[in-house]
Amino acid sequence: MAFFVDPIGFIIFWLRGLLSGWGLAPGVVEFIMDALGVIAIGSFGLGFTIFLIWVERKISARIQGRIGPNRVGPYGLLQTFADIIKIFTKEHITPRGVDVAVYNLAPVLSVMAVLLLWAVIPLASTVVGTEINVGVLYIVAVGSLGTLAILIAGWSSNNKFALLGAFRTVAQMISYEVPMVLSLLTVTLLARSMSVTQVVAAQDVWFILVSPLAFLIFLVSSQAEMGRAPFDLMEAESELVAGYQTEYSGLKFGMFFVGEFLHSFTVGALVTTLFLGGWRGPGAEQYPILGIFWFFLKSFVIYFITLWLRFSLPRLRIDHILDYNWKYLVPLGLMLVVLTAVLDKWLFMVNPAINPWLRALAQLAMNAGLFLFANFLVETRNRRKPLRQPVGAPRPVARPPEKASITEKAA
Amino acid sequence: MTQLTEVTVDELKHLISDRALSGETMLLNMGPQHPSTHGVLRLLLELDGEEIISCIPDIGFLHTGIEKNMEAKTYEKAAVMTDRLDYLNTIGNTMVYSMAVEKLVGLDVPPRAQAIRVILAELQRIASHLVWLATSALDLAAMSVFLYCFRERELILDILELCSGQRMMTTFNRPGGLWRDVPAEFEDAVRNVLKTFPKRFDQYEALLTENPLFIDRTKGIGVISAEEALAIGMTGSSLRGSGVPYDIRKVRPYMGYEQYDFEVPVRTEGDVYARYVVRVQEMRQSLRIIEQALDKLPSGPVRSNNRKFVPPPRSELGHSMEAVIHHFKLWTEGFPAPEESVYVSVESPRGELGVFLEGDGSAKPYRVYWRTPSFDNLQALPRLAQGHLVADVVAIIGSVDIVLGDVDR
Repeated sequence: MAFFVDPIGFIIFWLRGLLSGWGLAPGVVEFIMDALGVIAIGSFGLGFTIFLIWVERKISARIQGRIGPNRVGPYGLLQTFADIIKIFTKEHITPRGVDVAVYNLAPVLSVMAVLLLWAVIPLASTVVGTEINVGVLYIVAVGSLGTLAILIAGWSSNNKFALLGAFRTVAQMISYEVPMVLSLLTVTLLARSMSVTQVVAAQDVWFILVSPLAFLIFLVSSQAEMGRAPFDLMEAESELVAGYQTEYSGLKFGMFFVGEFLHSFTVGALVTTLFLGGWRGPGAEQYPILGIFWFFLKSFVIYFITLWLRFSLPRLRIDHILDYNWKYLVPLGLMLVVLTAVLDKWLFMVNPAINPWLRALAQLAMNAGLFLFANFLVETRNRRKPLRQPVGAPRPVARPPEKASITEKAA
Repeated sequence: MTQLTEVTVDELKHLISDRALSGETMLLNMGPQHPSTHGVLRLLLELDGEEIISCIPDIGFLHTGIEKNMEAKTYEKAAVMTDRLDYLNTIGNTMVYSMAVEKLVGLDVPPRAQAIRVILAELQRIASHLVWLATSALDLAAMSVFLYCFRERELILDILELCSGQRMMTTFNRPGGLWRDVPAEFEDAVRNVLKTFPKRFDQYEALLTENPLFIDRTKGIGVISAEEALAIGMTGSSLRGSGVPYDIRKVRPYMGYEQYDFEVPVRTEGDVYARYVVRVQEMRQSLRIIEQALDKLPSGPVRSNNRKFVPPPRSELGHSMEAVIHHFKLWTEGFPAPEESVYVSVESPRGELGVFLEGDGSAKPYRVYWRTPSFDNLQALPRLAQGHLVADVVAIIGSVDIVLGDVDR
């Protein structure tokens, strides 16, 4: 019976008992358990991607009025396997002039950055890779490894398009880390802990209800962070061929794809953990297996929303993206952090044992007020912004060319 | 004979700035195998970071030699080649060529043929605009719009297949009328288009027209003033986006366009967004024209009855010696055209599509010249792209709506 209530916890308990029964030293047992845990989470992540690719292709097909993969296996479920076999058998082309070590490291790093995130995400009350007391900080730190992967991929490829893709990545991803950190800071303030397990435990009221602005900021900035539409500038296929991955082929190219697909679901998982109460749901305390179910249900809802955005919106331009980040998201995030901290402190000073719903209500009211204020500011700015130049005037160039170009000569 | 001179490297150097030669700016080759140059257009971009210092279009990768080749064909047979110029506007190409031949030899086109030409040309205009909308939306990564547009375009291609047996290379218009009458299912199929399309256009507009992301990407991008556009020779929707209401269907009506009630959409901003709005509204106007033409579609023959220029129908060959003689003469020798030159132009989806024909008394044209809108509109590209970002170049190329088959002929 215990197995069905909490299968993973049961297996862990059984394995630990078995290994100790063999007379191994406790340190060795812990080492073996850790190694098995890493292998389990790593293979689960990679195996799950196969399913995710199918889900994404099916959903995108439905949004676009198509059918999607439906030839290989029932409902096209095995299509991804066929694709993987194809990609495995492709030739690895290494162009001339690349920095070989870095060039080969980049795809590995891009998958690794995503897989590492799964280490701290609690899937159920008893299932968590590792308990770090600064888990939220870990998420930020590991998340930016992905930026590094893309940057070195573009840099080492010795290709102009790849380099342009890398330029954009640096600008975009590093900028968007700021509002992301700010929204995570709000979460930390609300949970009064940086441990991810504590964040989940603190969500008697889901944080999306307590601080919807932080939720929105996190959702937007993590979309930008993983580089998917409408923020998919680093691989804008209509402008930069394939961006940073232009020179990659075969499995190395596949690794980037695996990293990207897994990342988009991982964002869903992170949002669930930080804002939607993680594994918490009816019956999840007593039956951890239900916790896993709730966790994946919520993650898939967020995942679906990101896909929906991806297939409906046109791509932004690099300057608009940065504009939006520095002029809107960052100030909003800063105000949010300060106000949340002050309000929370005051609430607990007035009544140290405050009802969590009352606290949520107060924070929600503050969020609504802040949103209206920010909206008012933006509207005022938009009204004051001078109208665009009328027809004919060329856009001001940051650094005017010293020599007249062809068009001016012709005129 | 003018001597062909070799272009030296020094002469080419003035196309780019000195900073490119010193390596301060980057030269980027965009195309000819690039997904968003809409064919085989090569752009040499000089970039300072992502900003464009100069943009040099390089054409000729799709040169077909059709203009020259037509001089070796009789008037009737050359019609087949005209489809291949602008492969998104095949009905319009054959129509303008047929009109030129008709004007040269003085043929009359029966009213039914005229009305069907108008219906098909407007359907083709919608199909072409749908491809434009699809590809330019795809350039801005609005992937779904791309697939929606191609879904709708299928309905129109089905109608063309119904009439001519071909989806794209129809050659349905011939000098003197049409190849044959439209089948009975034609009217229902066109009514179906008239019924479904307005709703679909609303859907595209819901996805794009008011979308702040789309407006950010298109407003104020690739601005060209009316004077500059006229000086460069832009025509069609690209010119109307700059505020010049020049539409050949209104200025020099042909094929009975004067009897239909429609408007010419004009915007004055001259940017990518203005060209977008103009084209989307044009599709709605095209539906209006089709509806009117279909409502009063006259009955009667669809080919001129002048046997000296138009081959007799198949049914006559069995019992009429005359018909056999005409058939034989027309398909072996062709018909002679007078020593005159004519210029006829129509409003293609891309602008003024004109054909200049010069006869020399023989059955083959002495000279054929196509004034193709894509070629003239493409000249505006360096002016439009200057000072913008790489990301804007694809939006600008999309908004000018070029077809490379139309540029290199």
